[in-house]
Amino acid sequence: MARRSAVRALIQLKRSSPLPGFRLSLGFTWLYLTLIVLLPLAAIITRSLRGGLAQFLHAISTPRVEAAFRVTLASALLASVVAAVFGFLVAWVLARYNFPGRRIVDALIDLPFALPTAVAGISLTSLYSEKGWIGRFLDPHGIHVAFTQTGIVLAMSFVGLPFVVRSVQPVLEEIDTAMEEAAASLGASDWQVFARILAPVSLPALVTGAALAFARAAGEYGSVIFIAGNMPMKTEIAALLVVTKLEEYDYTGASAIAVAMLALSFVVMLSLNLLQWRLQRKVGERI
Amino acid sequence: MTNIARRISISLAFVFAFLAIGLPLAAQTTLLNVSYDPTREFYEEYNQLFAKHWNATTGQDVVINQSHGGSGKQARAVIDGLEADVVTLALAYDIDAIADSGLIDQNWQSKLPNNSTPFTSTIVFLVRAGNPKGIHDWNDLIKPGVQVITPNPKTSGGARWNYLAAWGYALRKSGNNEAGARDFMKKLFANVPVLDTGARGSTVTFTQRGIGDVLIAWETDARLSQQENPGEYEIVVPSATIVAETPVAVVDKVAQKHGTEKIARAYLEYLYSPEAQELAAKYYYRPQLKSVAQKHASDFPKINAFTVQQGCGGWRNAQAKHFADGGTFDQIFEKK
Repeated sequence: MARRSAVRALIQLKRSSPLPGFRLSLGFTWLYLTLIVLLPLAAIITRSLRGGLAQFLHAISTPRVEAAFRVTLASALLASVVAAVFGFLVAWVLARYNFPGRRIVDALIDLPFALPTAVAGISLTSLYSEKGWIGRFLDPHGIHVAFTQTGIVLAMSFVGLPFVVRSVQPVLEEIDTAMEEAAASLGASDWQVFARILAPVSLPALVTGAALAFARAAGEYGSVIFIAGNMPMKTEIAALLVVTKLEEYDYTGASAIAVAMLALSFVVMLSLNLLQWRLQRKVGERI
Repeated sequence: MTNIARRISISLAFVFAFLAIGLPLAAQTTLLNVSYDPTREFYEEYNQLFAKHWNATTGQDVVINQSHGGSGKQARAVIDGLEADVVTLALAYDIDAIADSGLIDQNWQSKLPNNSTPFTSTIVFLVRAGNPKGIHDWNDLIKPGVQVITPNPKTSGGARWNYLAAWGYALRKSGNNEAGARDFMKKLFANVPVLDTGARGSTVTFTQRGIGDVLIAWETDARLSQQENPGEYEIVVPSATIVAETPVAVVDKVAQKHGTEKIARAYLEYLYSPEAQELAAKYYYRPQLKSVAQKHASDFPKINAFTVQQGCGGWRNAQAKHFADGGTFDQIFEKK
């Protein structure tokens, strides 16, 4: 009873929002989530358990699959860090400076969203393979990008960059420059202004952006597949193993790998979200 | 009229219009041929040839639609409900998989001549002009410093042919000693810098990106690469290779449902006619018909080739032994 009244109170509370149609939109939200997200996920999970738990565990614990998980997650994490660093710089430049061609750069940021991933993968491979425009200068120094894990990280950071920029940019634009001016007038150095004011305020958004970039990278197939080299145990990503299993008509094994990959990614996303939440609270306390 | 009502009536008008156009078409027979990647150009021309032949013998018009993709992917699409009347795939195992789902009779391979294989291909090497690394046989591929390009046998039908050709050679060389053959394969794949997911991908890696010293390829793909870039590549025929049988079958259950059994069968049988065999030779497939094969003998280098049956005891065995989970291909990479 108590719970019910609490729920009613919550609905009551939400009802007082200025936007009408709460019940309708909540119903629609559930319907939409069920059809587009929950049902397919449930189908994958049931499919993966069709052969029983033992078979599920066997499918995801062979050395080759484990190596693929390691390669994928490590590359995705690294790529999200790279995307976070460079994404922050780009967002900073776009938010704070006015320069000729700013609008063009701003529009270019979204290109990785729109570009078919296979196109991105093929162009990156052409550029960075040992005979490519960039690769031919790296090759004599023993730096190999295409067909190594470096290539995987490169492709993943390419697709992840816009997530970081688009998360951080609005926050940087919102920051009141008066705060920085006040800090400077009180004798804070540039570094102190950055560390004490800008970083804490923009960090939650940066973590959100990095988490999105990680999620995208972990599930990425199209662009990575061309540059990865796809050698088992070394440069084979989990998504390729799913395709490989399908090619062997092993639907159960394919779904098992997909489910394990989802679970691993979920853990990483959850930790990043918790971090973001804590950072956000800290910022709230300060301001 | 409200906006929505207007939209609905416009869409309905379109639907009726399409039905009106569609009805006369329904009187005409259509066939769907689900095939693998490199046959696109061949079947485009063959479909016209067959349509003309069918019209001349029966007076009926037939329209043939074709679908292309990786052989395994295409087989899966048919199993999952793509209504193909006939399948023409890269290897028998993929048609076996459709047969296992019940759509094709289990004895499909005995229903047409030559194991239901109207023409064959083989596996050869493509090397750069002048053959700078001196590659003449499989043995040269395992030398240190030679880069070999071949796709991933787990995802590519062509790559499985490459793998079995190499395995067959290695087995002979080591006097039927499997450990020796495995050792050879391990050395071979240590020289492979990238495993593309399909045969066309590997060809692009070798020709467009300039990576590798030798490409293990379908004879058809090697010949086409040579034709498109004259003077840049040479073909090397190894001392032993494999007869790549690319079989065809009627998808019985679908054809029964569509009422196209007769024409689907005729479509495949006509592949064995002299006209179709000529066409196959034009696209660098090796014709089965003696007269056509003799006529084009100079186009196709002599090969010393074994079949999957001879080399590995059939596709089902080959698949289980080499490409299934934990098979010899996995062992190459997992057991260090």
